[in-house]
Amino acid sequence: MDEEYDVIVLGTGLKECILSGLLSVDGLKVLHMDRNDYYGGESTSLNLIQLWKRFRGNDQPPAHLGSSRDYNVDMIPKFMMANGTLVRVLVHTDVTKYLYFKAVDGSFVYNKGKVHKVFSTDMEALKSPLMGIFEKRRARNFFIYVQDYNENDPKTHEGMDLTRVTTKELIAKYGLDDNTMDLIGHALALHRDDRFLNEPALDTVKRMKLYAESLARFQGGSPYIYPLYGLGELPQAFARLSAVYGGIYMLNKPECKVEFDDEGKVVGVTSEGETAKCKKVVCDPSYLPNKVRKVGRVARAIAIMSHPIPNTNDSQSVQVILPQKQLGRKSDMYLFCCSYSHNVAPKGKFIAFVSTEAETDNAETELRPGIDLLGPVDEIFFDVYDRNEPVNEPALDNCFISTSYDATTHFESTVMDVLNMYTLITGKVLDLSVDLSAASAAEE
Amino acid sequence: MATTGNKNINAKLVLLGDVGAGKSSLVLRFVKGQFVEFQESTIGAAFFSQTLAVNDATVKFEIWDTAGQERYHSLAPMYYRGAAAAIIVYDITNHASFERAKKWVQELQAQGNPSMVMALAGNKADLLDARKVTAEEAQAYAQEHGLFFMETSAKTASNVNDIFYEIAKRLPRVQPAANPSGMVLMDRPAERTGGASCCA
Repeated sequence: MDEEYDVIVLGTGLKECILSGLLSVDGLKVLHMDRNDYYGGESTSLNLIQLWKRFRGNDQPPAHLGSSRDYNVDMIPKFMMANGTLVRVLVHTDVTKYLYFKAVDGSFVYNKGKVHKVFSTDMEALKSPLMGIFEKRRARNFFIYVQDYNENDPKTHEGMDLTRVTTKELIAKYGLDDNTMDLIGHALALHRDDRFLNEPALDTVKRMKLYAESLARFQGGSPYIYPLYGLGELPQAFARLSAVYGGIYMLNKPECKVEFDDEGKVVGVTSEGETAKCKKVVCDPSYLPNKVRKVGRVARAIAIMSHPIPNTNDSQSVQVILPQKQLGRKSDMYLFCCSYSHNVAPKGKFIAFVSTEAETDNAETELRPGIDLLGPVDEIFFDVYDRNEPVNEPALDNCFISTSYDATTHFESTVMDVLNMYTLITGKVLDLSVDLSAASAAEE
Repeated sequence: MATTGNKNINAKLVLLGDVGAGKSSLVLRFVKGQFVEFQESTIGAAFFSQTLAVNDATVKFEIWDTAGQERYHSLAPMYYRGAAAAIIVYDITNHASFERAKKWVQELQAQGNPSMVMALAGNKADLLDARKVTAEEAQAYAQEHGLFFMETSAKTASNVNDIFYEIAKRLPRVQPAANPSGMVLMDRPAERTGGASCCA
């Protein structure tokens, strides 16, 4: 530990592990520490005993739930867009070889008090009760426009500059009503709130294309994939990448105090009386609480159930989006459910999550509309956590702090934060089109 | 099951043992037929695959090396997940490494799957003059804990292929069907033209 490192990474959350991996591959000397005795930090997956320790204050889960180690309960529930940036980072780094994935069975949306399948083919769209017959035709024209839209080919733009035209204006041009606009914005473009309506339409069009491409990729019932054994596998896999390229790993390191010189620049990290020197520190907000500020809170419920979410065609894994307007809220609410089919629970058990950006101080009441859709639960846990973002100037103190995980349903914003941090740390832009496996010695 | 013909078995095999016991050297000898006297700590290569033909089956080993994460007891649970076999390596010239090997066996019995095939390898068997752990002591321990035991030398190649071959023979021929299987993400499929869209 008494050596000098280029970078010390604190916390083994997904963001920190991706960065640790990328920096080690770049040839930097990395020391990676965590105060916990497990990998994943806030983005870990817990077994039953760990879950009981965190939320019930004891290590005695009821025996009828089955073996503790059959559970992998995500602390930050999200799915991966099959064609999204996290998948590209996984392929780029060749970390995919450590992981197995399965498509998520279904994608649903809450509309006028009921749960509906998000139409994924034109046949489903025609049958869907979400739109009337004339509205379907208008929607179809809009979908064709989005499908054909190519940012680099003005011929496909139909005379509109989507960097200037707002989403509201674009959708109005196709004569779509507010209900359809709500579906498109929240269930396909996956916006969290209604700000997108008055923002340039390009972002929404790109998000719709990502949804469609992701859906087409594995011919599943949703645009999402999810790793076997839960999301906690992701930080472990990137940590392994870092270790393979020389990163040193130390778990269960208490304190991890970041040390500064007189000018406020980082000089090292102290744990258990030993100080490791370094040029830069990368960490999650909990390791430098004085350099972050609270920007919001996420409310969530975690339920263990013995049945799938009702009205989702018995999907073994599913997402349900509850658009804010449907609930009279400012931000959307999400349901996730996973099960034995992804190895996160024993046979017959389902793990469901309800999460949203908190708007009140009472998580239980606030999450009620989502919880009511779950049906009876075996066990339920409530939790609210703060979202923090860095306020320091990395150029002055050489500290690179990640932003807390948000309530979004997927990893796009997570990976964007990582890529921006990578650029701040190295001055380089990560080129996701390069295949790193050619440079790896780990070939057959 | 008395099926003739080629039965293909995929088996994840993990290596465990003290730093410097020779885990990577064993794999390099087995996979590439190489030996490097002063092997650096594992960097850049910690995942190999090698196929072995045994009497009734073709076994494809997917071999995971620790990548140095064992140094500060920071091996991730994913390392053990789904492993069908493990080789626990110690250095016959270093008694402490044998004691550490016993700890790894305990760890495996806690974390790994119960049907895992476990081998105990007393490596550096060419360094007879410096021997600190007798074959009898290791054999007795292995027998008591359900492992099979061999002394190996990555340097002279003695028993290296044999230990992998013996594991291949002992692997259960009927793969457990209980666990759902997933997919490994490959590079993106060829660009599609038109077609598949969500709603059009």
